[in-house]
Amino acid sequence: MFGGFDFDVIQRSFAYLFREGMVFTVTLTLLAMSGGIVLGTLLAMMRLSSHAFVSAPAGAYVNLMRSVPLVLVIFWFYFLVPWLGGWVIGAREPIKVGAFWSCVITFTLFEAAYYCEIMRAGIQSISRGQVAAGYAIGLNYWQTMGHVVLPQAFRNMTPVLLTQTVILFQDTSLVYVLSVTDFLGAAAKVANRDHRLVEMYLFAALVYFTVSFAASYAVRRLQSRIAVIR
Amino acid sequence: MISLRNVSKWFGNFQVLNNCSTEVAKGEVVVVCGPSGSGKSTLIKCVNGLEPFQKGEVLVDGISVGAARTDLPKLRSRVGMVFQHFELFPHMSVLANLTLAQVKVLGRTPQSAQSKGLKLLERVGLTAHKDKFPGQLSGGQQQRVAIARALCMDPIAMLFDEPTSALDPEMINEVLDVMVELAQEGMTMMVVTHEMGFANKVAHRVIFMDEGKIVEDAPKDEFFGTPRSERAQLFLSKILHH
Repeated sequence: MFGGFDFDVIQRSFAYLFREGMVFTVTLTLLAMSGGIVLGTLLAMMRLSSHAFVSAPAGAYVNLMRSVPLVLVIFWFYFLVPWLGGWVIGAREPIKVGAFWSCVITFTLFEAAYYCEIMRAGIQSISRGQVAAGYAIGLNYWQTMGHVVLPQAFRNMTPVLLTQTVILFQDTSLVYVLSVTDFLGAAAKVANRDHRLVEMYLFAALVYFTVSFAASYAVRRLQSRIAVIR
Repeated sequence: MISLRNVSKWFGNFQVLNNCSTEVAKGEVVVVCGPSGSGKSTLIKCVNGLEPFQKGEVLVDGISVGAARTDLPKLRSRVGMVFQHFELFPHMSVLANLTLAQVKVLGRTPQSAQSKGLKLLERVGLTAHKDKFPGQLSGGQQQRVAIARALCMDPIAMLFDEPTSALDPEMINEVLDVMVELAQEGMTMMVVTHEMGFANKVAHRVIFMDEGKIVEDAPKDEFFGTPRSERAQLFLSKILHH
């Protein structure tokens, strides 16, 4: 059935696919995950504030990001970030950000909206009594959050945060709109160069599936191991 | 030491506290009792500012709890509180529970915080459990750790919010024993509880609340002898004759 296909192309381009493509994809995923979780946690704390002038902007940001297609955000940010950065530092010319950092910033900002909703649920899963206990022994808001609420919220939400990261890993393939050489980008370039579209896209799908499936399986295993004893 | 003056509090339109006034002198043990929903937990939480109130004044060691300029975390670090559901931090070991605020709030070194923690764990008889997590202890043990956690801060007064209500009957006494000992050492205590045996043994005064009001505020013997209000008489007859 596969008689007319040339799977040798995979072997020939293996180093390029993984050393360049996959390294880009994984680096982007990890950086965006770290930044997204930090920013998302701050947004979640803002959303849960009792002051409307703190919670409303965070709510608006999250709703905006969740209502816009990711491809558009990637595209827009690629052109906007250099201008914005230049404007912020007061430079006359748009600053040179480069496709990679533009992607990192975009994904961090975009995924933060999703991580925010996860962390919000996580923070709300901690009983008010825990917060009261933190305050009662003299901790202030930041200490109570940092030592009592967030460590428990993270632990409760780790499986969901990691599952979102698996989605992020797949979403990074959308950077193809910037002609960046991520894993899918590398596969596409080889496919076009060697006219091996079916082989390369099949292989790319298989790799994404394998990584995502293995990660999901690992998350399930982890879930049962890290639960807090209550 | 603690004085409440005409404290009123509303949840929306519902008034939970109605013009409550009382005093707790240094070294005094005051038991607050009353039917559920009478506002006793809310009252005690007003003392360390865990519950805001709309009217009146609460003074702890001369410092106004409700005032905007009051450093609430600092004030709270001087007033220990024990909760109905223990509220130990489940992700930390017992010893870490005891040292956290000592280090973060009082600025003690980890070493001195640990030795203080161990001393208080010994006092509540739980030294052997120092490295366990709260979830591995029984309810009574957890509550004793919670008392030790509050005592680690060298509080000037202790607040107890129904400390034995969530416990299995056979564990109530181990907690009460610690509290009795504390009372006998002269700790200033405000205790919300239904344990009338405890009240009878160590309380100086008993406050009876109903529908957000302090209905009765009397010396212990007077309260158990001849409560003035009918509501308190009814309450006592119900919880004493079962």
